Parts: sequence; C-alpha cells; structure tokens
Amino acid sequence: MANSEESKSIPADPSSPGGEGHGDGRDDLIRGNLSFHDITELVSRHTEKKAPLAWYVAFATALSGTVLLLALFAYVTWNGIGAWGNNQPVGWGWPIVNFVFWVGIGHAGTLISAILFLFRQHWRTSINRAAEAMTIFAVICALIWPTFHVGRVWVIYWTLPIPNQMEMWPQFKSPLLWDVFAVSSYFIVSLLFWYVGLVPDLATLRDRAKNIWRKRILGFFSLGWTGANRHWRNYEKAYLLLAGLATPLVLSVHSVVSFDFAVSVLPGWHTTIFPPYFVAGAIFSGFAMVVTLMVITREIYGLKNVITIDHLEKMNIIILVTGTIVGFAYITEFFMAWYSGVEYEQYAFINRAFGPYAWAYWIMMTCNLVTPQLFWSKTLRRSVPVMFGLSIIVNIGMWFERFVITVTSLHRDFLPSSWGYFEPTWVDIGTLVGSFGLFFTLFLLFLRFVPMVAMSEVKGVLPQADPHFYEMGDGHADGNGHAGGDGEPYIQPATVTAVERPDTDRSGDA
Amino acid sequence: MLDNVVQEAKVSMGIFESDADQVYGLLAEFSDPGALLHAAEAVREEGYRHFDTYSPFPIHGMDEAMGLGNASAVGVFTFFGGVTGFAVAYLLQWWTAAVDYPLNISGKPFFAVEPSVPILFELTVLFAAFGAVAAMLALNGLPRPYNPLFYSDRFEGVTDDRFFLHIAASDDQFDAEETAATLRQAGALHIELVQDDGVADP
Repeated sequence: MANSEESKSIPADPSSPGGEGHGDGRDDLIRGNLSFHDITELVSRHTEKKAPLAWYVAFATALSGTVLLLALFAYVTWNGIGAWGNNQPVGWGWPIVNFVFWVGIGHAGTLISAILFLFRQHWRTSINRAAEAMTIFAVICALIWPTFHVGRVWVIYWTLPIPNQMEMWPQFKSPLLWDVFAVSSYFIVSLLFWYVGLVPDLATLRDRAKNIWRKRILGFFSLGWTGANRHWRNYEKAYLLLAGLATPLVLSVHSVVSFDFAVSVLPGWHTTIFPPYFVAGAIFSGFAMVVTLMVITREIYGLKNVITIDHLEKMNIIILVTGTIVGFAYITEFFMAWYSGVEYEQYAFINRAFGPYAWAYWIMMTCNLVTPQLFWSKTLRRSVPVMFGLSIIVNIGMWFERFVITVTSLHRDFLPSSWGYFEPTWVDIGTLVGSFGLFFTLFLLFLRFVPMVAMSEVKGVLPQADPHFYEMGDGHADGNGHAGGDGEPYIQPATVTAVERPDTDRSGDA
Repeated sequence: MLDNVVQEAKVSMGIFESDADQVYGLLAEFSDPGALLHAAEAVREEGYRHFDTYSPFPIHGMDEAMGLGNASAVGVFTFFGGVTGFAVAYLLQWWTAAVDYPLNISGKPFFAVEPSVPILFELTVLFAAFGAVAAMLALNGLPRPYNPLFYSDRFEGVTDDRFFLHIAASDDQFDAEETAATLRQAGALHIELVQDDGVADP
C-alpha cells in the first residue's frame, strides 16, 4: 500500500470538460484505480504518522504569525484602536477591509460543501472537507476584526441580546447588528455541517487507532458511529437538509455584510448592486484560496489521485466565471453612477479610478478582471504553477477591492475641509500578516489531526460503490450511484457458499 | 405493550436487545456493496425485521432493500426548528424594541417587520440546522459509546472497506443455527456470534 500514489502516474489530459457530475464522467473522479482501502490508507495515515518536515516549517512560521497577531491585538486593546491607521475621515480602515476579505474567503467552502452537493457535483467530495475547514478558519479570522475594532473588547457581549445591568438591548435596526447575527449563525452552521460530515471519518480513525487514548478521544468525537444503514438513512437526510439550509445562508451572509455599506448614504456605498456583487466576489476569492491550499496540500501529502487536475480545473473555471461577474459589476457601477445623474455619485467613481487611490483601483481591476481571463486557455487552467500564481493574484485583487470600496468612499468626506488620505500604520500591517498566521496555524492543525479528505464520501463516488457495478461485471456501472440511481433494488438469487471461509482476499472489492 | 414500543423505537435507531444468553446476534460479512444489498433483500424476505447493514459509506437502494422507507422524521424536526427560530427572532426583536425599552427615534415605529427580516432569516436557518442535527442524533440513538458489535475485531474494518449484516437476537425469528444458514445462503463470507458479555474477541 505504501507505494500507491508515488507509483501511479497521472494521465496527461484525458478528461472531457463537460462530463462532470453525470454518470459517464464519474469514473474519472478518482484516479489510479484505487480501492476503498487505498482511500482509507491514503487519507488516514497522515493523521497517524509523523508529519513531514515541510509541515513543521510551515507550522513554525504560521505560529509566529499567530503570536504576532495576539501581541498586536494586546497592543491595540491597551492603546486603543488609534494604533491602527483609522482616523477621521477614514474611520473604517484595514480592520473592516480585513473582515470583509476573510468572510469572503469562507464562502467558497460552503459553496463547495452545500451548493455543489445540491447540484450533485460529485467532484466536490475530494475537496469539500478541506474547503469547509477553510471556511471555519476564515470566519474565525474575520470575526476577530470587528471584535477588536469596537475598541472596548471587554464589552463585546453588548452586541448580543443578553440581559444586562443597563437594561438595554442591541439596536436590531442596525446593519452592523445584522452582521453579528449573520456571521455568527454562519459560523455555527458551518461548524455543524463540517462536524456532521466528519463523524464517519473520525470513526474510521477510531477503528484504526492503536493507542488507547487516541482510540478513546476519537471514540468520543465519533459518537459511536458504526456505519449502520439505519444511521446512514437519517444522516444523509440531515446532510441534505443542512446543505439546503447552508445554501441560502451563505448567500445571505455576504449580502448582509454588503448592507453595512449599502444601507448607508455614502456615495459609492449606497448601491443596490452590492449584495450580488459581494457574493460573487466572495466566491471568487474563496475559490482562489481553495486552489492555493489544495495545490500545496496535494503536493505535500501525495493526494494527486484523489484531488486530481480535473478538480483544480473545475475550480479555475468557477474562478473565471465569478471573476468576470465581479468585473462586470465594477463596470456596472460606473454605468449606474453616470446614469443616476447624481454628481456626487459620479465624482465618487471618477475619484476611485483616477483620484489619489487610482493605484489601488487599477491593482484591483487587473487582478480581478484581467488576469483571471487567462483561464480561458485550457492549457493555462490545467497548469499547476499558473493556477497557483493566479490564485494568489486573485486574493491580492480581492483584498484591494475591499480596500478601494471602504477607503475611497470615506476619504472624501461631505465637507472638503475634512478630506484626507488614509495611511496604514505598522500595526495595521502586522495584524493583517498575523491574521494569515492564525489562518494557516488552524489549517495546518487541521491537516495534522483531521482526515483532510472526506473518505466516506469519496468511497461513495467510486464506481465499485454502486451495487450495480457488480451485476454488470465490466466495470462500467450504468446508474449514477451516489446521485440516487433508479432506486430499484437488484435482486439476485442467493448463491450458496457452504462453509465459512476466512476472507484472506482483502483486495477482492477493488 | 410500552416495552414493545420502546424496543421497536430502539430498533429503528439500530439498538437491539440481547437475549437471555447475552447473545446480541449474528454478524455476517459480505464481499461488496452489491452482495450486501442482495443479502439484506434476502434476509427481509425471510421475514427478519431486527437486522441492520453496516458499510463504510451509504449504499443506494439499501433503504428499500431493508424496507425502511423515507427518513422523513428528520425533515419534520428541521421544520419545527425553523419555526422556532423564526418565532424567537420575531419575539426578540419586537419585545426588546417595542415593549421592554421602546426608544422614540424621529417618531418612527418602535417595531417594523422590514428591518427585522435579516435576523428573522438568520435565526430561522440557525434553529433549523440545530433541528436537523439534533434529529439526526436522536433518531440514530447517538452518541452511543457502547455497542456490543465493537467486541468483534473484524467489525473494525466496517469504517474501512468491509460490509456487514447483523441479525439481532431480539428478532422473533432468530435462531442461531437457522439464521446462520440463511446468512450463508445469502452469500456471507464469514459469520460470527456476537455476545454482549463484556469480553472481546479471543
């Protein structure tokens, strides 16, 4: 078994782009003719053996970032948020930019886990676990910003409807409070969804565990899961319902985040295009982050047969589509400003593109609209170095998008005497870098201790998981297996095996 | 009467009672998902009801083969979870703003539905998700740290690549010899008697 992924080469370019999610394209989902046991082994062993050196190097780097973040947040809490560059007229500086940036990253995970599940896109099974983990960690990285940006972090509980000695309640008419509810509901639902998906895989690790304490801890978290069909039945139903609930939720979260801007009366913010445009941008940046993470993960952990080049290509197509939607929204904003006939609105946009922040605007335009167009080329979107570079460029562009939106509208206040130019401080830069440290610390811990691929789901989309596979005998099952099939159970006359025999042939199910 | 209802409810969660001799049932291993599906079909046709199949992933068509039907109860719990969330969000926003501490801002209404919509939506989804997960756990009888099947060493492979069918001793038709014959007939690779006696496999 130890030889598996090293010895199996990846075919150069065998796939047809239109075949995903349907019965005919299913055989290509997982490469290398892997058996059920191969999948278990490929994924589980990384949580059981010593981590590769690259993991320790990355973890040490990420942990230093986390320490930097904690130290700087302590500094900000002690000295006040003036330690950041926030000041009149730009009261919402990098903290809000970073908040929107990180919430957006999270959206791809839910899109992969929920929306692609509802659309029966089987290729999601190889990446959904890691993408959902990314969602949870990105939302954690997002929540820290408003938490500290309130200044007096010790009274952050005022944002929640908790009875208190002042007998006051939160202002439910404020978009900022909607944000509290939207993002925290999103976090909790994502966590539930992720954990429910994890239970069968934690049971796999439990059953493989040699150490008694490891077995007990995993036994606790796997809830006594046995893979009983009476359980799978309710489990699949609950999973489907969670996917159905998470889908409108994820669309609502970034819409509500955009309300923080759109409900105000500031030129450049007060636009109805914001909710769909923010959601498209969120998916765009999130997919770019998934590509960045998956390219590294599959390389280091030898998962190229499970997370194939086809998976990456499909994500790149989504990046191309959403990037183009975002670019279209940028242009639509200009049209709306011109068409509205409101000179302040027109000024806000001209100022964005040609004013003091033109450099940021054109970075945004280049990274989000122009460079992703390279993915029209099949060669480029199947090239790992190209997609890795582009995915990072996309996230740079999306960070600048939020910067442009937040800062350009604020730096021209209503009175020209209050106009200013925002400049970040070293604390701004340090906390942003630190938030990446926190994100990667959490993600690396996930890679180390949790099955990084949803084993039970990947097994479920293998051709041999379909009961009909065995009746055809030629390895080309007719039904679409995990997607539902025809629901008609196949009845075979019981064959007689007279004696109990030990099953020495464990590769029989391959 | 009540005992029967409780027993049947537990069977629906995959929890079976051992018989007087501490026999939990017979555990048979099958080679692949296809064989397991046919075996479940055959066992049900023989008239067994207290049985369950175990596999590393859900097998499609198994619910029909076992005669279980649709898992609609999860949906009911989810729906009521959603209704609860909606009611909580509505009452919370209305009571805090219009009853407990009304603030007159520019003569605007103390409570209005329109600005309450985002939180109504979020809490509906949140509580519906709680309902779905709680229903899944409750209907499956999870968490269940103790399970006599864990005494079988072979059963450890169920989360890897093995496929099992277990007929519980609590089934009216259960008879160690005859049931084993039925399982053998259905194509079992290996059959073992699982005892709920606190002793792991030799």
